[in-house]
Amino acid sequence: MALVSIKDTALGYEGRAIVENLNFQVNSGDYLCIVGENGSGKTTLMKTLLGLIPPLDGKIIYGNGLKRCEIGYLPQQTEVQKDFPASVCEIVLSGCLNRCGSRPFYKSEEKAMAEKNMERLGISKLSRRCYRELSGGQQQRVLLARALCATQKLLLLDEPAAGLDPKATKDMYDTIEKLNKHDGITVIMISHDIAQAAKYASHILHIATNPLFFGAASDYPKSDIGRAYKGSFGGES
Amino acid sequence: MGEAIGKLALYFEYPFVRYALIVGVLIALCSSLLGVTLVLKRFSFIGDGLSHVAFGAVAIAAVLGLSNDIILVAPITVLCAILILRTGQNTKIKGDAVIALLSVSALAVGYLLMNIFSASSNLSGDVCTTLFGSTSILTLTTMDVWMCVFMSLIVIAVFVLFYNRIFSVTFDESFAMATGIKAARYNLLIAVITALVIVLAMNLVGTLLTSALIIFPALSAMRVFKSFKSVLICSAVYSVVCSALGIIISILFGTPVGSTIVAVEIIFFLLFWLMGFLKEAGK
Repeated sequence: MALVSIKDTALGYEGRAIVENLNFQVNSGDYLCIVGENGSGKTTLMKTLLGLIPPLDGKIIYGNGLKRCEIGYLPQQTEVQKDFPASVCEIVLSGCLNRCGSRPFYKSEEKAMAEKNMERLGISKLSRRCYRELSGGQQQRVLLARALCATQKLLLLDEPAAGLDPKATKDMYDTIEKLNKHDGITVIMISHDIAQAAKYASHILHIATNPLFFGAASDYPKSDIGRAYKGSFGGES
Repeated sequence: MGEAIGKLALYFEYPFVRYALIVGVLIALCSSLLGVTLVLKRFSFIGDGLSHVAFGAVAIAAVLGLSNDIILVAPITVLCAILILRTGQNTKIKGDAVIALLSVSALAVGYLLMNIFSASSNLSGDVCTTLFGSTSILTLTTMDVWMCVFMSLIVIAVFVLFYNRIFSVTFDESFAMATGIKAARYNLLIAVITALVIVLAMNLVGTLLTSALIIFPALSAMRVFKSFKSVLICSAVYSVVCSALGIIISILFGTPVGSTIVAVEIIFFLLFWLMGFLKEAGK
C-alpha cells in the first residue's frame, strides 16, 4: 500500500480552489519533488498533506501505519526565527513533542534521540550554540534534525535550499539524498530548482491549476511541460 | 544607609507595605514569563492594546459605582484579547489595525465616561491614578492579595506544565501544528492569561505602564542570554529584582510606584544592553 495517496483532490483556501483533480501516490522510499510556478499551490499542497488545512474535495489516505502527526516537516524560515534566542539542542528536542502525548516533559530516550539526530547531521558540536548565530546552512540542518526527531518514515521539505549559498545547497541536497537512499526515509520536497529536482528525485509532480505532470523523474524531461522548462536542465536537451 | 534600612524596617511593620511588595513581585514574575513569549511572537502590542481596553473597563466600573472593579474589568479584557487574536489570525495588518482601533476607542470612551458621569471632585486625579497607578498598590485589601497569589500560581503552573509546548508554538507555529499541537488553542491560552496579568498589573503600575512590565524583562534578557530557558529564567529574575527595588525606592522617597519601577527597568535595560554589546565585542 502507498504511504500517501491523493485521489481527485482539490486544494485551496476558504472554498477557493488553487489546484484541482490532483492524483498521485507516494510509496515508501520514494523521493518526490514538487515543482511549479509561484502561487501554483505547492505550499498549499504541503499544508494539506500535514493536515493544517483540509482538502476542499477528495481524500488523502495515509498507509503503512503512518499517522499524520508523525510526518517530519521542514518549513520555510519565518521572520520570528531570525532573532529567536534558543539553543540548537532545545530546537531539535522540540521535534520529539509528538511522542509526548499529554506528558508535559521529555524523557531521557527523547533526549537521546535528539542527540542521535544531531550527530546524524553533523551538528553535535553546535548543540549549545544559539540558533540565530548560525549560518543559513547550519540553521537548515538544525531544522532538519528536528524534523527527523518527529518521524521515522516521511519527511516533508519546503524549499530546503532557499537562501543558501551554492556549497550549502549542494550539502543540503546530498544530506537529503543520503537520508533517502541510506536510511530509507521517504522524501517529499518542494523546490524551485527544476534541474536539481530532476537530478536527485525519483518522481516529479509539476502542479498548476490542473496538475501538469506526475511520474518518474527520468520521464520528466521528455514530457511537454518538461521540454518547456528544458533550459533549466543545464545544457542537456 | 543605616538610616534608610531603619526607615524601611519601620515601614515593613505596616501590612499594606508588605502586601504591596508581595503583590508587586508576583505580578512582575507573571508578566515577565508571559513577556518572553509575547515579544518573540511579535505580540507586544496586544499587551499594550489590552491595557488601554482595561482603562476603558475601569472607567465603566467607576461610573457604575462598583467597589470591586475587577469583576467587570477582567471579563471585558479577556473578551477583547480573544477578539484581537481571532481577527489577527487572518492577516497581520488587519490585526494591527484592530488593536489600534480597540485601544484608542477604549481610552477615549473611558475618559469621556469618567468626565460625564464621575461624581468625584478630583477627576484628573482619578484619571491619573488609573493611568499611572500612583497609589492603588498601597491600598490593597487581603482579598486583592489572595486573588493575586492565586492568579500567579495559575500562570506559573501553566508555564511549567506547558513549557515545551509553549516553546514549540512560539518558535515555529506551523511545525508545532504539523506535530499535532493545537497551536490556536495555545495562542488563546496565552491571550487569556495576558489579559488577566494585565488586569492585575494595572494595580501595580497603572494601565499605561503595564506593557513596560511585559516588554523590558524579555528584551533585556534577550540581549545577554542565548537559550530559551535561560532567557525565561533571567527575565523572571530581572523583573522581580526591578520591581522589588522600584517599590522599595518609591516607599523610601515617596515617588509614584509605577513610574519608579519602570525607571528602574530602563536603567537595568541599558545595563543589559551594554553587557550584551561588550559580550559581542569580546568575541
